[in-house]
Amino acid sequence: MSGPFMTTRAWLLMLPLLAVMIAVIGWPLVDTIGLSFTNAKLVGTSGTFVGFDNYAKMLSSSNFQRTLYTTAWFAIVSVAVEMVIGVLTALLLNQEFHGRFILRALMILPWALPTVVNATLWRLIYNPEYGALNAALTQIGIIDSYRSWLGEPATAMTALIIADTWKNFPLVTLIALAALQAVPRDIRAAALVDGAGPFARFRFVTLPFIVGPLMVALVLRTIEAFKVFDIIWVMTRGGPANSTRTLSILVYQEAFSFQRAGSGASLALIVTLLVTVLAASYAVLVRKTAGSAR
Amino acid sequence: MGPRSLAFTIFVHACALLLAVVILAPVAWLFVMSISPAADLSAKPLHWWPQEADFSRYKLLLSTVENSAGAAFTAALRNSIEVAGMATLAALAVAIPAGWAVSRTPSVGWSLSMVIATYMLPPVALAVPLYMGLAHLGMLNNVFGLALVYLTILAPFTTWLMKSGFDTIPREIEAAAMMDGANLFQTLRRITLPLAMPVVATSALFAFLLAWDEFFYALLFTSDQRAKTLTVTIADLAGGRIADYGLIATAGVLAALPPVFIGLVMQRALISGLTSGGVKG
Repeated sequence: MSGPFMTTRAWLLMLPLLAVMIAVIGWPLVDTIGLSFTNAKLVGTSGTFVGFDNYAKMLSSSNFQRTLYTTAWFAIVSVAVEMVIGVLTALLLNQEFHGRFILRALMILPWALPTVVNATLWRLIYNPEYGALNAALTQIGIIDSYRSWLGEPATAMTALIIADTWKNFPLVTLIALAALQAVPRDIRAAALVDGAGPFARFRFVTLPFIVGPLMVALVLRTIEAFKVFDIIWVMTRGGPANSTRTLSILVYQEAFSFQRAGSGASLALIVTLLVTVLAASYAVLVRKTAGSAR
Repeated sequence: MGPRSLAFTIFVHACALLLAVVILAPVAWLFVMSISPAADLSAKPLHWWPQEADFSRYKLLLSTVENSAGAAFTAALRNSIEVAGMATLAALAVAIPAGWAVSRTPSVGWSLSMVIATYMLPPVALAVPLYMGLAHLGMLNNVFGLALVYLTILAPFTTWLMKSGFDTIPREIEAAAMMDGANLFQTLRRITLPLAMPVVATSALFAFLLAWDEFFYALLFTSDQRAKTLTVTIADLAGGRIADYGLIATAGVLAALPPVFIGLVMQRALISGLTSGGVKG
């Protein structure tokens, strides 16, 4: 069978996928790029060409800068906490103890819970009048009176990050655990015989085996966290006083609440560019760690 | 592992217990809220355990009496099943041939890389044209339109899973069948696809869960019971002025049941699917 024939056949089999991708991603993306240079409204006027005005306006607005900061804070803190807790719990689940198989099975629970259900659940837990958190903290005696955890700018973001971390750290756990199980026992035993302490064993024996999969988890989680919309929309809608408003929420408000399709599109593309740059720099990092770890 | 000290064993068990509580407590509380009488939930101090279990909300939400909370919920349940089911089937239909093609002909692999790179696009970057396009086609607030839009998420992901799956099936088996005179279509149908069935099933489950979980597009493109999915309906409940928090919790439990069931039963397959990408890099 010749090469060109194989290639033609492969393209024919790819055709349905590519056609669908062009219809639902390619064309909308090109259209978004076009819109971003106009002052189009969501309904009604298709707008006129305004050049880079939308971009200039969005980049210089204090709203955008503040939202970028909020998004970065959410992404960095939640992903960092998820990675640390994820690795620690994976190390725990890799130990031998009674009921570890049940506990491993339970780790799938937060992951399987739909994001909106998770957000709703935590919203109920944080409820200012009847929430379980207020009840528990009052009964233990940590707080005197009920507080509005999601209603105060000082606590809303932290409350969100806890809810997001609870749902997402088990994914890191499962990935790290699978990688841990691939660490050959004799290498670990040899390190033990050589007198390596627990931290040295983790750094030089365990870590090299799990760093690759962990980097992939880090990249995926960071991209997700930068695009975050669902959990924030359901829990706070970006409030109070915009203290939890992330970039995706800002684009939604601009394009759909205020119906400014043109400037919304330019903002969406700025976010896309940010995520792409982030992912690309991560990819370089992954290649470097993969090269140096082994 | 070597012998462990008693202190270390106790430490490990204590940590395991803490982890179990952290994982279980929120989920258990969701269930307890769903079966607690409204008075217990608004009591101060809060009643952590209902005096008697009250399953009436489940009956209420699953009833189909017109204009009741149940009618809205069952409609959303049906819409979610329809949208997720259709989107999953459509995604598999394009993913299986494409995944096989890339697996057997690596020279076209760059096109799959491009398709997968679309993962980085935030949905907001496609939302406005998709909204206008669906409006133009008269497919806003329509389960078919929403299922079509879900292909933006499902198709790249399932193709990538299928490609990894086909990679594990040796091409020599296909070559042998071809030598025996089977044509390509027969070979794929009789030899390759049966071997790939576990991967097809895993991909289908992942795709279904992704679609079941989706919220952003559903929020934008649906407006009433004809197409609203469960996620949007629950968000409506959570954001609305419902006095009975137990009802919101009940809706959450019901929406979580299918994915949690799939997650627990199909654990092994799901975890290998989740981690294969991570391990292979």
